[in-house]
Order: sequence, then C-alpha cells, then structure tokens
Amino acid sequence: MKLIIGQGSCGNAAGANKVYEAAKQYIKQNSLDIDLTSTGCIGMCYLEPIVETVADNGEKHTYVKVTEALIADIINSLIRNTVLEHISMSQEDKLILSKQTRIVLRNCGNINPEDIEQYIAKGGYKAIEKCLRQMTPKQVIDEVKTSNLRGRGGAGFPTWFKWDAARRSQSESKYMVCNADEGDPGAFMDRSVLEGDPHSIIEGMMIGAYAIGASEGVIYVRAEYPLAIARLKIAIEQAVQRGFLGRNILGTSFSFDMRIKVGAGAFVCGEETALIASMEGERGMPRLKPPFPAQKGYWQQPTNINNVETFANIPWIINNGGSEYAQIGTDKSKGTKVFALTGKIKKGGLVEVPMGISLRDIIFDIGDGIVKDKQFKAVQMGGPSGGCIPVELLNTIVDYESINKTGAIMGSGGMVVMDETTCMVEMARYFLDFTQKESCGKCIHCRLGTKRMLEILERICGGEGKEGDIELLEELANKIKESSLCGLGMTAPNPVLSTLRYFRKEYEQHIYDKKCTAKQCKSLLAYTISKDSCTGCTLCSRKCPTGAISAERKAVHSIDKEKCIKCGKCFEACNFNAVLV
Amino acid sequence: MNCCCEANSKPFDKLDPVFDKYKNKPGSLISVLQEAQELYGYLSMETLEYIAKNIGVEASKVHGVATFYTQFRLKPVGKYLIMLCKGTACHVNGANLIEEAICEELSIREGETTEDKLFTLNNVACLGCCSLSPVMMINGETFGKLTSAKTKEILRELKERQSSDQEVDTL
Repeated sequence: MKLIIGQGSCGNAAGANKVYEAAKQYIKQNSLDIDLTSTGCIGMCYLEPIVETVADNGEKHTYVKVTEALIADIINSLIRNTVLEHISMSQEDKLILSKQTRIVLRNCGNINPEDIEQYIAKGGYKAIEKCLRQMTPKQVIDEVKTSNLRGRGGAGFPTWFKWDAARRSQSESKYMVCNADEGDPGAFMDRSVLEGDPHSIIEGMMIGAYAIGASEGVIYVRAEYPLAIARLKIAIEQAVQRGFLGRNILGTSFSFDMRIKVGAGAFVCGEETALIASMEGERGMPRLKPPFPAQKGYWQQPTNINNVETFANIPWIINNGGSEYAQIGTDKSKGTKVFALTGKIKKGGLVEVPMGISLRDIIFDIGDGIVKDKQFKAVQMGGPSGGCIPVELLNTIVDYESINKTGAIMGSGGMVVMDETTCMVEMARYFLDFTQKESCGKCIHCRLGTKRMLEILERICGGEGKEGDIELLEELANKIKESSLCGLGMTAPNPVLSTLRYFRKEYEQHIYDKKCTAKQCKSLLAYTISKDSCTGCTLCSRKCPTGAISAERKAVHSIDKEKCIKCGKCFEACNFNAVLV
Repeated sequence: MNCCCEANSKPFDKLDPVFDKYKNKPGSLISVLQEAQELYGYLSMETLEYIAKNIGVEASKVHGVATFYTQFRLKPVGKYLIMLCKGTACHVNGANLIEEAICEELSIREGETTEDKLFTLNNVACLGCCSLSPVMMINGETFGKLTSAKTKEILRELKERQSSDQEVDTL
C-alpha cells in the first residue's frame, strides 16, 4: 500500500508538509506497512494539499484539500479498501486533467522527484542513451529541427538554430546553460518542473550538450526557489552515482559535468548576456550582441542557453521523434505550452495545453471562469514584457504569432486573469514600477524613461492626470523601445502600450473625469454613507483615522469630504454595507 | 537565520572556510556574498571590505555587486523577516491592502525594521504560490489567502509568542 503526498512549494504552502508529518506519525504509531512518499505538483493548486492512495491491487484514489485531521480516516479507508467520497477528487476536476496534453509535465505529480529509479522506470535517460549510441550530434539537431521546438523562455527562437550555431563554433570547451531564473512575477512553471521532475532537465541538458559538444553544464536558478535547488542537488548527485553524469557516460566517449549556480535576484538576468555576466560573478548587465553567446559566452567560450521548459521537451522529442512532436500545435508553433493560470480565476494552477487552443478554452473551460462569476476584463500574458488581451480577443489562439499580434507576447507562461474590479491604468503602473526597479541602468532611455513613465502613471492614478499625459506616455514608450540594448528595455513599455490600445477610455476617465470605474485608485474615489442602510452604530466613526465621520449614536452618519483621506477603513468596517464608494 | 548582532561583535573567522572553498573558482563573488549573508544575516560594510581584501577584488566592485541584486541586505533584519509577495497574481488579489495592514500593525514601512528588532518587512517579486494569493512568507513559512484581519492576527500571534518566550527567559 502506498500513500503519495503532493509536495511542491505551493502544496507545502497550503499545508502538505504538515499532512506529510501527520501521516508519518500515524503510520509509525500504528506500525503500519504503508509506503509513504512525496511527489511534485500536479498543477491543481486550488485543490492542494492533494493525497493519492494506492492499494495493493494497484487501485488508485485521489483526495483533495486534505488536512492533518483527515489523515487517519484516509489511511483507514485505504486499509479497509473503502473510499471517502466527500474529499475525493471530483469527476469534473479529473476532466480538467484530461483536457491537457502533458509532455513537459509528464512526470510532475506522478513520480517521486527525489528518486532517480522512478524517473528511469518511466523511461528516463533512455533518450540520452539513444543519442549516444545511435545518433550523431548533427542527427540530434536535425531531430529537434523536425520537431520545430521554439524557445519556451518567451521569445520563441528555434532551439535547433541556437544549437547548430553553438555546434559550429570551434573551441576546446563549450558550455550548456539552463536558465532557471524565472523572474516574471506571476509565473511558476519552471519551478514546478524543477521541483517535480528535475531529471528531465538534466537529461535535456545532456542531450543538448552532446549535440553542441559541451562537457560542462550550469543550471542558473533563482535563490527564491529553495526546494527546487534542494531537489536539483539530489538529482545531480543521484545521476552522478548512477553514471549518467561524469566521465565516459554509458561507456561512450561523452563526458558531462553539471553544477548549480544560485542567482541573487535580478529580472534582467533572464537576458542571456546578463545571465552570463552574473554567472561570472559580475553585476548582471547585458552587453551588445554580436558576438552571440554561441560564439563567445561564459568565460568567452561558446555557450548555449535554453529555458527549463525547452529542456524538459527534449527527451520526449528524442524518444518519440520530432515529427510526432510536430503533429501537435499550429503551423508555426509546435508542441505544447505550460501556463501558470492565476489571478481572478476559479481553478487556478498549472496547465499544459497544445498550441492552437484558444484563450477562451483555457480560461473558461479548463480554469472554469472568473471568481464569483464576475465580468472577465482582460488576461495578462508575458508579465512585465507582455500585455493585456481584452474580452473581444478571447478567441485568439495560443501560438507565438497570434499572441504577438494582440500586442502581448507568449512569454514564459504567466497568464493572469483580471475582472471588472481590476483597474488597467493601475495595472500598467504596477508593471512599470517593476521594470523601473529592475532596469540595470545601462541604457539611459530604459533607466530614466521607465522612471518618468512611472511618475506619469502614478500621477494619473493619483487623480492628477492632465491633458497630454497619454501622448507623452506613448512618446516615451516608443523612445525606450527604440533605444534599449536588451529585451527588458525593448519590452518594458508593452504593458502601457497594450492597455492604451484596448483600454484608452479608462485612461481618459482617470485623466478627464477623475474616475476609476474599477474602484481601485483611491484618490479618485468618493465615500458616502447610505441613509437607508446606516444603523447609526458608530463603528465606522471609531475606525476613521481622521475623525471625518459624524458619530451620533442611532443617527445616520455622514462623511466630511474635507477631512476624508479615502483610506477605506469605514468601508471595510461597516457591517451593513452602508458605506458606498 | 542567524542573529544580526553577531556581525559586529564577532570577527570574520567564519568566512575563512568560504574563501577556501571558492579559492580556485573564478567568478564566485556572488556565491561568497550569499554564504556571508547566510552566516551573518546581512552584509555590513565591514563584511564587504573584508571579503574584498580576501578575494582580491576591489571594494567598489564588491559593493557594486552587493547593491545590484535584490537578495543582498546591507542592513540587519529583525527576528521575523516578512516577505510580502508583490507578484502579479497577489497584486490583482489585493497585496496592497495586506501591505497597509502590516505597516499599520507594526508602524514600519517597506524595507524597515521595528524598533524592538522583531519584524522586518521586505516586498518580494514573486513567491510562486499564486493560487494562494495574496501571500506572505515569514521565516520560511508561507501564509496564503490573506485578508487585512488575518494578517494582523498572524502578526499579533507572533508578538505574543515573543513576549511569552521572554517571560520564560526571565523566570
């Protein structure tokens, strides 16, 4: 009998650690013969913590939103071969999984990431063996070319092309680097793969290294992902012990070593040349290309950098063939894409879908629509480099070119859903605040331009927008795009440009009518008290920090607009919904 | 996390094994700084100078790197380090209100430490627990689906735990 507990970072945050401890205690106290293991995230964050039971006859059962208190019941029903219906995963939720095509996440939530044997049992390290024994480096690259896999870090550059360029560079030493510095706020795809299936990344990197002729690999991973780092360390150790890493792998002439480099927190390090600078212990500032990293990268040697998700696809492509992979998707975008579906969505989590699926299907079919059935307003894709896609474009399909046309980008996979209560001007302000802080400072337009744009947006949200602001924003945005060296600067104005494109009216309402229809910009709100609902309880008056509310007991209260600082305390405090915004 | 007050009272002996570890590995400045912060809780000016001297890099470069990356702290932090997630999902779900609640409860602003050295508030880009948003992490423990009231309750509990610990200490 087996008890498997989902322990990704998000599962643990929801209490999976405590559930695991409780199960361990219970099994020990009652001297039970139950195998307790953990697995990575299956992607259904809204159901965490998730526990799976496997009976001796192989029958599996999944329980959701499990707490420590439920562990005894779950274990007892496993022993008695009964089922606890009230905490079982519903048919509807099972269907959500069946709507996905899981290539990258094939093992996430299905194997114990800290046990290499389980990865091997699922066909792991078969792909690298195939490459080493049956394929030349050129053939490996051709297979990837047939698959038409494009870089999953966001830009969508053909993977085979980069590999081929690095292969052609002549040098004694070359490097294979995995960019696991997932800096886009609101995205956690890479983290889940690193935590749930680290060996797939190692294998993908090995295949790439064999193809380009590299003998050293580095995984650059963010410090904010301690669990991912811990599991990667274990995975590398186990791979070394099993002879998959080191000298003369599988008895061939191929040798490959791998290490982890922990990043120190800088969004700009997602940029290849900045990442290399950071790996060398410098400030993570990008440089001019060419020379490209494929010619001169880490320590001036040919270097290839791919994203986590790209690498996770590679073993599957080698095992199943590039043409099989190219069967999935659209004309120019093949395969699948993993998205972190978050924001005002009912069933948020990680989903892997075939390219070509519509945004509407992801949000309303898989994600089950908007929280509290509110009105959908926009979906933000591509994080600080991307844009917002409005309701009228919900039928847009997931494909690099189609998403680009909307003014957003595919990005690394962050998909933040917004409803009627999200202010689009404020959203643009939020992203500019982020990029302004993360600008490395090398290019003047990026360094100063983002700051000035932020100031204008802050002014608009603060009720002091003036005529000409929109035009000034547009002018600055275009200047920054034109005169920045790296991707951060070139895309930094996108959140503003895309909201201006689809929600210009909201900007105008803020500037000219001094109104925020989403009721998010405090300076533009006016609080009043409803005569019909106020019971005269004086609670709001007691909470008011400036004494702006008249406080006669049993009489209808009123707010002195002169004294009111619009902090919203009265609105939060009122039990009778009598404070109106 | 180690106590922040050690840095000044204790010499930098603890760093010597770190220097040995990275001696023959060029480009290890960031790793050295990370381990130093792990040991001392933060990077004081003295620590940065000591590192510069011992690994043969100009002090200005060490300072430059330490100030470039958000992970490095140049000031000591309180006993409880509150990392408030400001990722997009948390932002959309009201992280600002949570920040207000923390600031109000502790009378500090982002980046500051309470006078009693108990709490430090740091905003972070994304903790990656988007489906539990808004989220904060205190000394490694994640608290999700926060409301203003719930946040204040959590902080008050920590304060109470602290004062009851002190009582035990004095007994």
